[in-house]
Amino acid sequence: MRRINVTPMDVRLGRRPLLVAAALAALGRRALITPAHAAETMVRWLHLEVNPQILKIWNDAAAEFHAQHADTDVKLQFLENEAFKAKLPTLLQSPDAPSMFYSWGGGVMRAQIETGALRPVQMDDAWKARLNPAALSAFTHDGKVWGASHQMALMDIYYNKVLFKKAGVVAEQIRSWDDLLAAVRTLKAAGVTPIAVGGGDKWPIMHWWAYLVVRVGGRQALDDAKAGKNGGFNGAAFVEAGRLLKQLADLKPFQQGYLGATFPDMLGAFGDGRGAMILSFAGTYARQAHAAADGKGIAHDDLGLFAFPGVAGGKGQPTDTMGGINAWLVSRNAPPQTDAFLNLLTSLKYQTATAASGIYLPSVPAANSAITDTLLQQPAAELAKSTYHQNYFDQDLGPDVGRVLNDQTTALAAGTISPEGLAKQVEDAWTLAR
Amino acid sequence: MDPCSLSHADLALHTSGGRGRRPSRLAQRVWSTGPVLVLFLPPAALLFTVLVVLPILQAGRYSFFDWSGYGLPTRFVGWRNFELIWRYPAFRQALFNNLLIIIVSLGIQLPMALGLASLVAGRIRGALTFRMIFFLPYILADVAAGLIWRFMFDGDYGLAAAIAHALGLPAPYVLADPDWAMVAILVVIVWKYFGFHMMLFIAGLQGIDEALLDAAAIDGASRLQRFRHITLPLLVPTIRLSVFFSVIGSLQLFDMIMPLTKGGPADSTQTLVTFLYTFGIMRMRVGFGSAVGVVLFAICVIFAFSYKRLAFRDA
Repeated sequence: MRRINVTPMDVRLGRRPLLVAAALAALGRRALITPAHAAETMVRWLHLEVNPQILKIWNDAAAEFHAQHADTDVKLQFLENEAFKAKLPTLLQSPDAPSMFYSWGGGVMRAQIETGALRPVQMDDAWKARLNPAALSAFTHDGKVWGASHQMALMDIYYNKVLFKKAGVVAEQIRSWDDLLAAVRTLKAAGVTPIAVGGGDKWPIMHWWAYLVVRVGGRQALDDAKAGKNGGFNGAAFVEAGRLLKQLADLKPFQQGYLGATFPDMLGAFGDGRGAMILSFAGTYARQAHAAADGKGIAHDDLGLFAFPGVAGGKGQPTDTMGGINAWLVSRNAPPQTDAFLNLLTSLKYQTATAASGIYLPSVPAANSAITDTLLQQPAAELAKSTYHQNYFDQDLGPDVGRVLNDQTTALAAGTISPEGLAKQVEDAWTLAR
Repeated sequence: MDPCSLSHADLALHTSGGRGRRPSRLAQRVWSTGPVLVLFLPPAALLFTVLVVLPILQAGRYSFFDWSGYGLPTRFVGWRNFELIWRYPAFRQALFNNLLIIIVSLGIQLPMALGLASLVAGRIRGALTFRMIFFLPYILADVAAGLIWRFMFDGDYGLAAAIAHALGLPAPYVLADPDWAMVAILVVIVWKYFGFHMMLFIAGLQGIDEALLDAAAIDGASRLQRFRHITLPLLVPTIRLSVFFSVIGSLQLFDMIMPLTKGGPADSTQTLVTFLYTFGIMRMRVGFGSAVGVVLFAICVIFAFSYKRLAFRDA
């Protein structure tokens, strides 16, 4: 009882410092914020980059912009990949929304546009002309440009030259899907695991199927399916892609334990020589070295790449490509200076610096000449003469249908679902999401 | 959620004050606790309302919408989200796995914890060291434990691979095998949590009066008889608590699964919470995820209250 009577006194005594502290804090906030508001505009830039080389290029651009526009500050804000995806919906609807942020385009961007979270980028013709057409069209929606593309990725089949030589497989002769299947058989006969995939992360397997869809059905296949034409995702191209992937999976070409392997595991298996091929993007050389058990992996000269093989009778061109396209989207209440900064950031100067870093392919083709790494020059050249560039299916279809696709393509590779069943699951998910 | 604290609070309220002196006691009570209530209740009540009650109500509302999390929920779909849940084989697998975890907790973990507790509760040499060793896994964060065991189970460079190679066997890839991945996870769960339950039982055992056991020994009761007829009945309250923690722990299991398998392969290791996360949040289907949350909440509430009624009736 006594204890209870005493407590309010303690609190009353303890409250005074608290009040003082609160008052000081309020003063402090005001003192810090007011001049900043009066003198400067803040462009808040939310990204998920961890590579110091790229960050240096970006910081240089921010510094240059500030030098040109003394009243504007560009502030980089970082969120880790998964945290970024989880927090963005809330963040965009709050007063703390970033002015510009990272995007993979596709279904997520469409959802952001439809709810009014974004505004179009004020892009002049010179800026548009500079960009890769695929990079521009991937972020064009209802005739407006919603994102300033800054980097691209291209999926190719990377292979270990030593293992190919050991089995007697010649990469240059793999032109068609049947050639690839033959190569897989030869590699297996020589005791080499033909392909490494990351079935735990699922999307590394999905890309095999998606590339087959692009080869079989051509550029119209995905758009038609989304519009519900030709039976939607139950259409012939999608079932055929499943059938072809099943042909591959039936050969048991994947590394042991592939269903539990993550993407880094897959790169590690490839780097360690426990898989002769992977379907991967530019930058694979550094990534496989990092993931390999000895930290070195495959030597630069022993790593090769070739375009995804064609399919006999398919509508797709061998020069159609698939890969990611990334851009900076602009939020609804972003200051107008954001557009000017994006123009600078995606200018030839900074795109050339990006290309020279050897980490990403630039979205400005004129910057390609700065690429010195032979392993990057080849995909950059493929991208430059690409007849059609397809965004990653799981990004294009949005997070919901995209993940169904990842689940079901992995199930197909594991032999627990038929090509028709896979197509139906995707169509059902797509219909449900409309 | 803790029925113990609830029942103690009930007890305290019911036994307070005799009938005759009630008004004066009540006045005194209000006088003495009033300021405390005014000062301490609002912050706690506010925090509880804002951080617990409102989100629960919000989730209840969202569960009737088809909503990605962007903008305001406008597409009202009635009970469709709830109907959809039952159509997912992954959800049924998750329910089954949660049940499996409870069964293993009660059938393997609990007897193991009890057995070890009776071994290390006494004042024998090294008992304290063993207690520490057995308790150690519990201190680890779930994510850390998951990452460690992912490496142990790894078929390329892990402990499993090393053992298999030493025996001249092909390396197993347990986490990549839909038939074995859940077994591997159960191993990790038992490894991680038996120490905690063992500690509960040690505390329970130390609360038993030695004199009872001595008396039984003098009467000629064997070790087994003493355990069966004295120790075990007196441990019943501890066992109830252990069961309660096992069930709630199973329903909450998430952060250990994510580094181990992310619910795969082929959804064979989903639990209710990983299902909610992968099929709700990661797919940006906040409405559907909320519906799963509501189902999980209902299961928890029904369990907590029926268990309180059944097991803590006389507590």
